[in-house]
Amino acid sequence: MATPIEAPTLDFSSRFPEGVVADERKGFEGYIVDADKLIEFATALRDEFGYDYLSSVTGVDYVAEEMLEVVYHAYKTIGGAGLVYKVQVARDKAEVPSLYDVFPGADFQEREAWDLMGIKFTGHPDLRRILLWEGFDGHPLRKDWQEAYYEADVKPFKSRWPEGNFYRSEEKVDYKANVKYPGNFDPEKWVPEGEDALYGSLAKYEDTDTSGLKTDHITVNLGPQHPSTHGVFRIAATLDGETIMNMKPVMGYLHRNHEKIGERNTYLQNMPFTDRLDYLSSMSNNFGYALAVEKLMNIEVPERAEYIRVLMAELTRVQNHLFAIGMFLNDLGAFFTPSLYAIEERELVLDIFEMVSGSRMMCNYFRFGGLARDLPEGALTMIRGLAFERLPRKVDEMDRFLSDNEILRSRTVGQGYLSAEDAIRYSAAGPMLRASGVPYDIRRADPYSIYDRFDFNVAVRQNGDIFDRYIIRLDEIRESLRIIQQAVEQIPEGPIQTGKPQYQVRVPAGESYGRVEGPKGELGFYVVSDGKANPYRYHVRAPSFINLTAFGPMCQGLKIADVVAVLGSIDIVLGETDR
Amino acid sequence: MENKDLNSPGYEIPDDMQGVVSITTMDRIYNWGRRSSVWPLMFGLACCAIEMICTAASRYDFSRFGMEVMRPSPRQADMMLVSGTVTKKMAPTIVRLYNQMPEPKYVVAMGACASGGGPFKEGYNVVSGVDKLIPVDVYVPGCPPTPQALINGLIKLQELIDTQSIKQVRWYQKGELAAVPIPILGPDLIYQRDIPAIHDAGKEA
Repeated sequence: MATPIEAPTLDFSSRFPEGVVADERKGFEGYIVDADKLIEFATALRDEFGYDYLSSVTGVDYVAEEMLEVVYHAYKTIGGAGLVYKVQVARDKAEVPSLYDVFPGADFQEREAWDLMGIKFTGHPDLRRILLWEGFDGHPLRKDWQEAYYEADVKPFKSRWPEGNFYRSEEKVDYKANVKYPGNFDPEKWVPEGEDALYGSLAKYEDTDTSGLKTDHITVNLGPQHPSTHGVFRIAATLDGETIMNMKPVMGYLHRNHEKIGERNTYLQNMPFTDRLDYLSSMSNNFGYALAVEKLMNIEVPERAEYIRVLMAELTRVQNHLFAIGMFLNDLGAFFTPSLYAIEERELVLDIFEMVSGSRMMCNYFRFGGLARDLPEGALTMIRGLAFERLPRKVDEMDRFLSDNEILRSRTVGQGYLSAEDAIRYSAAGPMLRASGVPYDIRRADPYSIYDRFDFNVAVRQNGDIFDRYIIRLDEIRESLRIIQQAVEQIPEGPIQTGKPQYQVRVPAGESYGRVEGPKGELGFYVVSDGKANPYRYHVRAPSFINLTAFGPMCQGLKIADVVAVLGSIDIVLGETDR
Repeated sequence: MENKDLNSPGYEIPDDMQGVVSITTMDRIYNWGRRSSVWPLMFGLACCAIEMICTAASRYDFSRFGMEVMRPSPRQADMMLVSGTVTKKMAPTIVRLYNQMPEPKYVVAMGACASGGGPFKEGYNVVSGVDKLIPVDVYVPGCPPTPQALINGLIKLQELIDTQSIKQVRWYQKGELAAVPIPILGPDLIYQRDIPAIHDAGKEA
């Protein structure tokens, strides 16, 4: 296991004599910042201390202490360990200054914290609900908010275990459905809020073109049911002719309450749920969550298990990128033929997943301190065949057929530009960040597991356009194959689990943030434990979600037809975007 | 009606006409045409959509069943494959899409979530199965169902089509077919059928 880079102890006492103190709760790290010092502190971190990348913003509801805490994770794009800082506010008056002006990447994350936690970010220009709809009653991630099917705070529920007198949840609720309304709600007098807030915020743009004929602008919706939105994603755009004046992504159509359910579950019960986040790359999701909890439990993972983990994570990257490239070509109009070739190769990787874990997509393969089971006989031979023979050839083939295609080139080169500075400011991650010329790969910048042992290059492209975001995925497949080739050669025999496999793990109180370089970008799991059997707070820093922050600005001034190309090049999966 | 009666005309063909003439029923030929070209709506909700795409791709290839023509427009689709978790925010859209599909139309609930809420059932934004909103013809279990399971479900749908009689199907009956009422996004999802009950409950409180 790579030795984690020690967080440097920064002395803020001279720069901030007041308002910044170290977090001294047991198991917690970082600094607690006064709300009125937050913007100054964040700016100083960015400009003076080098923490220019705001990775994650989330809230925690400490209901016993009558306190809401906003947690920020900052990193340096030159690599190294991160820095955590927090702002604490009273629950009944939850107002925190918005970091939108310092880090625009906080945009969607703050909206999410407002939506689910009810933390008001003053100064945010567009603080609307993001995952739920305007008019929804309450903020569901608050600890005292209960859903219609509420049974108990944590699992296992008494009705299910140990007696198992289960019932259908519909039988015990009003209206026999998963709904509940405020006490005095009268649907006949009530006026729906509709989408005025969305269209209101869409109308905010500057019309710079005053020459020529004055034309009306129209608002167009793509999705949520649209073949190019990669699922139930919606784009609302204001157009001048075909040119985009302003564009807002609308999401939440697949918001399935991952975090609320995750806080009811026991630690291990969450593992299969992580599969369903980014459902194309379940092994990577398992990896991130296992890392976060292992950090809290402070346990080691046996050698062989580490190698298998790396193998699986890299195979995941390969198949995810294959799928992404196939679907991206779909969006460009090469309908389904490139996808057919890409999916054919992906099926071969899925065969390996099915072999080792029993399931093609929802692998649920990682355990805290190891893996669910060892590799079956023949798996390594199959991986070897793929990594040395078949996949390198097929990747070259795709490259040969696609990359120089004139239509692909003319639609992608120079379009949808994102500069390196903007990519960092908007907290873009993964291929999107690296295609803009920022060589930031967590496997190298802050190595986890055994990635420090492998010889591979961090794929970087310099132009930051759609084409680079496509070609970088081919580069990454090649680098992943290199890692796989080394790992199958080096993998030792041995145990695959530390200690006995357990259903119920003991997790000491504290917080941890486990992050991996997933195929879509930095996938982080923020877990707060209070020492009980369930995570007190469980948050996912979803790269698909945060990468979309830059989507609107990137599309400004493009033609509407190019929007689907830009979206395809970001490569989102709605399960992770909406969680 | 029994499948046997539906598909046998009950006429014997004389020996010298065998191979030249064949007699079948109107129902049989009507259903044969429909079952061999069920066009799905190109509509993916969640994880199951990926398996649906794999089913459409070369290894499993559901064009063998005449189903490869996925239509992005509900106006051209025969079947809605509900492939994933139905959330409350998505519910009005799904019902609207269903209402826009012309008859005859079928709904296949693919996977645990679409069938009954699945692992996410307890979630505050999740509808416990798409059958709470629209009628479902075939349920395919699994999380997600493998392509084989989905194909099995689609064959079941074809078998269902085989048993329908032109005389009895709902889309040839007199009168208009009522559209499914679209649920409303309020403080929570409001099913229109519940509005009087919610009104009364609100008064009491």
